Amino acid sequence: MNHLLRSHAPISDAGWGLLDGEARAHLSSALAARKLVDFAGPGGWDQSATNLGRTSPLAETPCEGVSGLRRQVLPLVELRADFELRRAELRDADRGASDADLGALDKAAHQIAVAENIAVFHGWDGAIIGIGEASPHEHLQLGGVDEYPRQVAGAVERLLSSGITGPYGLALGREQYRRVVETAEHGGYPLLDHLRKILDGQIIWAPGVNGALVLSLRGGDFVFESGQDLSIGYDSHDGEVVRLYFEESFSFHVATPEAAVALEP
Amino acid sequence: MGFDQYHEPPDELPTATRTFARLCASLTEEAEAIGWYEQRIAVESDPEALAVMRDAQGEEFKHFSMDLEFLLRRTPPWREVAQGILFQAGDIVEHGEEAEAEAFEGEGSGAEGGYEDGSLGIGSLRGTSP
Repeated sequence: MNHLLRSHAPISDAGWGLLDGEARAHLSSALAARKLVDFAGPGGWDQSATNLGRTSPLAETPCEGVSGLRRQVLPLVELRADFELRRAELRDADRGASDADLGALDKAAHQIAVAENIAVFHGWDGAIIGIGEASPHEHLQLGGVDEYPRQVAGAVERLLSSGITGPYGLALGREQYRRVVETAEHGGYPLLDHLRKILDGQIIWAPGVNGALVLSLRGGDFVFESGQDLSIGYDSHDGEVVRLYFEESFSFHVATPEAAVALEP
Repeated sequence: MGFDQYHEPPDELPTATRTFARLCASLTEEAEAIGWYEQRIAVESDPEALAVMRDAQGEEFKHFSMDLEFLLRRTPPWREVAQGILFQAGDIVEHGEEAEAEAFEGEGSGAEGGYEDGSLGIGSLRGTSP
């Protein structure tokens, strides 16, 4: 048994299968950053830092005649989203009920996915520098939906001008994604297809993103390093409910800040 | 040539599956090339030709290994099985049976979770649908 303490939970093997499957389905649709940036790991729960290969000087040395440097590392951060499920619902699922109420799990899965998206795309104050805040390019304005092709093309042109090759991906906030999917341009051509042609890459639904980001998908520019990949752990239980949580640890490093352009709503 | 790596209509396959199939095809081709060079080296007597072919075979070792690593990164259950077999001393078949049992018995269910670290095994989602 590891630190997740799953064996202590009053949940059957079939129950765990139900919870894990439900969690995977919700997380896979909402985890937008992992669809666009490089993924390294998982390195395990005991991984605490990412090597940056850099050093900082140390003013003092133990004695004369030597010099010293301190290695710089990027600490991993932990995200956790707690939720609780009614034990009666899990017992009914074991009896074969196909409509067990797992709403609290779904909500927590969405919350932790949104948190990961925000941390990667916009940053996490004091913990992670996000893609948008690292970008040296002036933020563009998305404008109305009719303006999207021009603004996205402008972002791609900026990346090309900086020597950043494609293909390019587009992370769209919920509202922006809905507008793109529902819109057809003059002549009935779907806006989604037009944007795909501009980008030569994927367009991703990214809950938590404010506006949009265009970034290169060539690889090597943005690295998400996983310690403990997303997991469900056990916290406690009583006669009525079992308290569980989603958990993960990760770092995020922007190696090429100029490989992305942020577009504000 | 054409699109032989696809067993199903390509238009019906997700982008990630098409990429996966391409790398599987590439892995197969690299393994074939390694085998061909092994045979050519076995029958060649010219030292200079041997040196050239050994160098070429070394390239195929690299290509095969890169293809394999890519596929393992994108397929957590495969990666977990491979971790139990590759670079392990001892009985290969025994390791294989153990790794398979650990990776797939009760996958996605049970208190220990579907993966070695107890995680959901989500990993990278590059190439998956929006």
